Amino acid sequence: MKRKILFALSSVLILLSFYMVLVFVPTEIDMGIVQRIFYYHVPLAWIAFLAFFVVFTGSIIYLAKRSTKWDNIASASAEIGLVFISLMLITGSIWAKPAWGVWWIWEPRLTTSLVLWFIYVAYFIVRGYVSGEERKARFGAVVGIIGFLNVPLVFLSVTLWRTQHPPLTIFSGGLEPPMLATLLVCLVAFNFLYFYLLSERSMMKNDERMLSQIKETMARRNA
Amino acid sequence: MENAGYLLAAFILIWAALLAYTFIIARKQAKMRRDIELLREQLEEASQK
Repeated sequence: MKRKILFALSSVLILLSFYMVLVFVPTEIDMGIVQRIFYYHVPLAWIAFLAFFVVFTGSIIYLAKRSTKWDNIASASAEIGLVFISLMLITGSIWAKPAWGVWWIWEPRLTTSLVLWFIYVAYFIVRGYVSGEERKARFGAVVGIIGFLNVPLVFLSVTLWRTQHPPLTIFSGGLEPPMLATLLVCLVAFNFLYFYLLSERSMMKNDERMLSQIKETMARRNA
Repeated sequence: MENAGYLLAAFILIWAALLAYTFIIARKQAKMRRDIELLREQLEEASQK
């Protein structure tokens, strides 16, 4: 029931975001129409950071309690975070081409974001290589905790170093009200989508464990 | 409408990827639930014999 509500809310808000991004919001004077990528690019980044924070928290709780529920939540969130950060990097690159004239620049925000992407790819490589459910969860939790240390660095990179990436103007009142409203609708829509996907994916991880337990029981009976 | 192609590309890419991801999850989940039910039935049958 809770999942259906999350799905319905995210669907309605996503449809509303289509209208707001493509029709409602005024075109930015300097960058033109391509600036509209920003309304999805920022929420993609936000969800990736939120997802990795959930991995971090879930991993700590897993190591403290050794409850598979928390490993399911952490690994599900890592997967969703990886999808969102991949889209963030790609949309950023698509925006950079007309804005900067190149697809990619090795500047602090982009480089630290790419490092973050590699960390969470490594999270799944580690889980894939280690044998045994308990060891997979334990090794994954360690990578999930250490990997999160890069998130504040990505966030603060625009203030710590001189970068070409635009600074975050949302909190300093740098957005006109229709632009802010559009961004907020996209942010809320993506949050609902994230919690829906997290709920589905962590339940699915639970089903995967149950399936392997049933198979083991059957194999023992047949032996 | 200069650079509209870039906006369109980003827009299509985001929603195609998220839709595909959601679709893959839904299909995997449905298959897994069927497998669990099948195995449960087999276990129950075996325990009744």
